Amino acid sequence: MQNGSQMGDYQTAQTLETFGFLPKLSQEEIYDQIAYLVAQGLTPAIEHEHPSRSMDHYWTMWKLPFFGQTDLNTVVAELEACRRSYPDHHVRLIGYDNYTQSQGVSFVVYEGRG
Amino acid sequence: MAVKTYDAGVKDYRDMYWTPDYVPLDTDLLACFKCTGQPGVPREEVAAAVAAESSTGTWSTVWSELLTDLEYYKGRAYRIEDVPGDSESFYAFVAYPIDLFEEGSIVNVLTSLVGNVFGFKALKHLRLEDIRFPIAYIKTCGGPPAGIQVERDRLNKYARPMLGCTIKPKLGLSAKNYGRAVYECLRGGLDLTKDDENVNSQPFMRWRDRFEFVAEAIQKAEQETGERKGHYLNVTSATPEDMYERAEFAKELGMPIIMHDFLTGGFTANTGLANWCRKNGMLLHIHRAMHAVIDRHPKHGIHFRVLAKCLRLSGGDHLHTGTVVGKLEGDRQSTLGFVDQLRESFVPEDRSRGVFFDQDWGSMPGVFAVASGGIHVWHMPALVTIFGDDSVLQFGGGTQGHPWGNAAGAAANRVALEASIKARNEGREIEKETRDILTEAAKHSPELAIAMETWKEIKFEFETVDKLDVG
Repeated sequence: MQNGSQMGDYQTAQTLETFGFLPKLSQEEIYDQIAYLVAQGLTPAIEHEHPSRSMDHYWTMWKLPFFGQTDLNTVVAELEACRRSYPDHHVRLIGYDNYTQSQGVSFVVYEGRG
Repeated sequence: MAVKTYDAGVKDYRDMYWTPDYVPLDTDLLACFKCTGQPGVPREEVAAAVAAESSTGTWSTVWSELLTDLEYYKGRAYRIEDVPGDSESFYAFVAYPIDLFEEGSIVNVLTSLVGNVFGFKALKHLRLEDIRFPIAYIKTCGGPPAGIQVERDRLNKYARPMLGCTIKPKLGLSAKNYGRAVYECLRGGLDLTKDDENVNSQPFMRWRDRFEFVAEAIQKAEQETGERKGHYLNVTSATPEDMYERAEFAKELGMPIIMHDFLTGGFTANTGLANWCRKNGMLLHIHRAMHAVIDRHPKHGIHFRVLAKCLRLSGGDHLHTGTVVGKLEGDRQSTLGFVDQLRESFVPEDRSRGVFFDQDWGSMPGVFAVASGGIHVWHMPALVTIFGDDSVLQFGGGTQGHPWGNAAGAAANRVALEASIKARNEGREIEKETRDILTEAAKHSPELAIAMETWKEIKFEFETVDKLDVG
């Protein structure tokens, strides 16, 4: 048993689901995750929402899912464009899996200032 | 029509029930039994006896058999195989016509297949290894109330296993202190917490008090973290009436998931509760207390892959499968074999995983595999590799045994999980690189660093008792 002075205090955080407990991903790390998404045959898609509504099931879609898109740079550029348009919003990358009708990738890439 | 006459007396079972030329129908229910006969009894006679006693037959010929078309209704032993590495036992394959079973009743299937026959004197041991359910029968079963895809959507958990933990100590906490433990785990980053299997409604903590405090814990954790949370409220009770009363109250409180013990509670209770959950938009977590009594002996009982298949048909959204790496029994290949049966829509025969038949699940929803028991952060990369995304990884001691408490323990597990998923997606061999991946992640998480230090020496390396049969 550690005594009080050695013991840490865990502060509750707003963590926004998958990858919410990792440090912010670097551009290169984001790139790797997009590469995984594409390699898995998933469809990239982008969603954004104001932080005050982040618990909603539906976030607003940025354009349509990018069906058939396998170029990583295009996906990165769309993420950037979404962030520029909605700097206050969270921006989330989705990998739609049409076989399971679920999401094989889903994480918040940029956190909005709110 | 062939004329039959009544010939009273005792006949060899094999005259009627051993049919090596029979080609099973797509609609037949097929079973594989591992048989160990008494010395001197021929294999064909044993196999035929199993087929007879688990279907239409009895020990003596009876006149009323002639009133029905037994050729249509009888079970047939159609194949015998050696068990690799075991000269004493053999596999008997039996085909049962679908009309022997009531639609949607796992109770009825099991009462036939593993009924009297297991006490049969001509047998020393008998083990039901696998059942092939025909798709026609599967279509009559309700199955998981929600299934993996719907549960992910409801709970907003994607692209990773979910994290859970059983609240400890198992017994003795008051409802308010219990809710405290739940809250701490959830605010720290777990998705789900769980009642232990023997937490029902004891004098120290009655169910209604527990449900109310847990509900507050969940609501508070959701508000503070921005994530969806749940707790498996155990509604396993002495009577179905109590069970439904508790389930209704959980729903009233807006809780997403309840829990049932399918073997001690029984398949009738389980199927009924699964139907209730489907109707009421509630998820159902299934615990498996008593399973090792039935499935652990390599020559007698029912293999867990059969119980897992039966549960998917009876209904449940989660099922405990063992961990392979933790404190409880479980061979890796064999575990992968029945995990497939829970989640896939088609599982091909694969003897290296103990799968004896092709199994077509059709559109039946999948069940999350739950790995629970003696696991901690060091196991995380291995667990992610073994169980994949469609699983719930539950760290009881591995969360609440953290020197800084439940929230820090939860955070340590969540960081380890996400670091493992991220590394896997980057194409790294995470099981081999466990140390590097966790050490790297711990740089940003003092909670993980402490957890790694706390559990660095703990291993559970014992031989598996029930191994797959290999030569």
